[in-house]
Amino acid sequence: MKYLLALTIGLLTGVALFVAGLVYNPLFSKASLSPLAVTDSQTITLGYPAVATETIVTTNDGESHTKPHPEKVLQLWEAPIRQTSVMAALLWDGRSRAAGFGIKVSSTSEKTRLLDGQAIVDSIWYVYLPGRGSLFIEQTENYWNYLRDIVLPARRSSSNTWRGTWLGNLSIGPGALGTAKVSGGSGEFRGLEMLAVELLSVRAWHADHGVIAGEGQLVIELPSETSIEFETDEEEQL
Amino acid sequence: MLKTFIVGILLGIAAAAGALYAIPVVDQYREASIISVAPNGGNLESFHINVPMDRVMNGASGQTAELPIGLRWPDDPILANVSSEIFKLRNAKDAVVGVALRTVAHEKGADVVDWVINLPARGSLFINMDPPSQEGGHRIGRLRAGSREFGPLSGFVTERWIADTSGEEDAPAGRIELLATYVGKAELPNEIAPESPE
Repeated sequence: MKYLLALTIGLLTGVALFVAGLVYNPLFSKASLSPLAVTDSQTITLGYPAVATETIVTTNDGESHTKPHPEKVLQLWEAPIRQTSVMAALLWDGRSRAAGFGIKVSSTSEKTRLLDGQAIVDSIWYVYLPGRGSLFIEQTENYWNYLRDIVLPARRSSSNTWRGTWLGNLSIGPGALGTAKVSGGSGEFRGLEMLAVELLSVRAWHADHGVIAGEGQLVIELPSETSIEFETDEEEQL
Repeated sequence: MLKTFIVGILLGIAAAAGALYAIPVVDQYREASIISVAPNGGNLESFHINVPMDRVMNGASGQTAELPIGLRWPDDPILANVSSEIFKLRNAKDAVVGVALRTVAHEKGADVVDWVINLPARGSLFINMDPPSQEGGHRIGRLRAGSREFGPLSGFVTERWIADTSGEEDAPAGRIELLATYVGKAELPNEIAPESPE
């Protein structure tokens, strides 16, 4: 009997050790530097709210951390879209002026490999910048660092809340350097192929509401041979 | 007994690692694709949206009826000529298979009508429509870009409004039909095609 007890306790200890090793594995990278941080090309920087209640619309299956907004929005409960969320938001430029709007559609990916520190989300952005044109952004995101650094500590906290400063680069593909792929649709972007990264900054997170303070950012690198008029000083400096 | 405990630890680690390796964390539900071959080449896939029941959002400046209830479309003048809709998307068997986005903008030079079709288990299509309606009231647009399964494809999509004439009480007002034609491999757009060495 005591051997069975020892084996059971050993099994549970083994599972706990494995989980701890997985979560605190130093080989899994910390939030990495954006590959576009050192680009010589012009970039467009677009900010968006990471808090659902600050977006135009946020919807999902209704059982996610992030509650749908507005409350009575149609939820995505059907099986093929149950793991999908949609968010529409006003986008602002580097001077915090309205620049356009964007819609993000994200789905958890079957490429997720927790053993490799990969919590993968396939997402696309549709961005429309009035007077300039439309963009389609395709990307693979890794939320492992987000889960490890924010969600897990919040879950362990007695108040189910995490507060701090977290800045992460979510994009890991499909570009070779871990960049998103951008296709121009209309206006001055028509026919252009570009790169982008998405960054997320979080200051507070709650288990019942998701992000309660934070912003996201899309950084789009324009092709070097294009001559597009600068919209902001920030873009001009870059 | 210590040996049994250590064996237990090793077994626990092996079992947890094996379970995480073997059991998929994410398993997307898939409806079977309903694709037919077009007589003149290419593959056809039909989608539709039942209006109004599949409409998730209808955002535009100055609209009187907000959808969803409580929607606050930004009143910034920059979005004055832009309207955007989000829909659930259905396949030919009327099963919801994805999400579709439609944006219409009235610009000085040319109007813009863009569609994005997102099928979570398969990928996305980005379509840039020719704004003027064709004969018969439909629009046609080129497949500008695609992701994952649709990444290597080129083709076009037509949109058409079909009003419901069934007269049934719970019938939709009509449906937006999207007919995608996948022609072949995507090519570089003309604007960025490499120049001939000559």
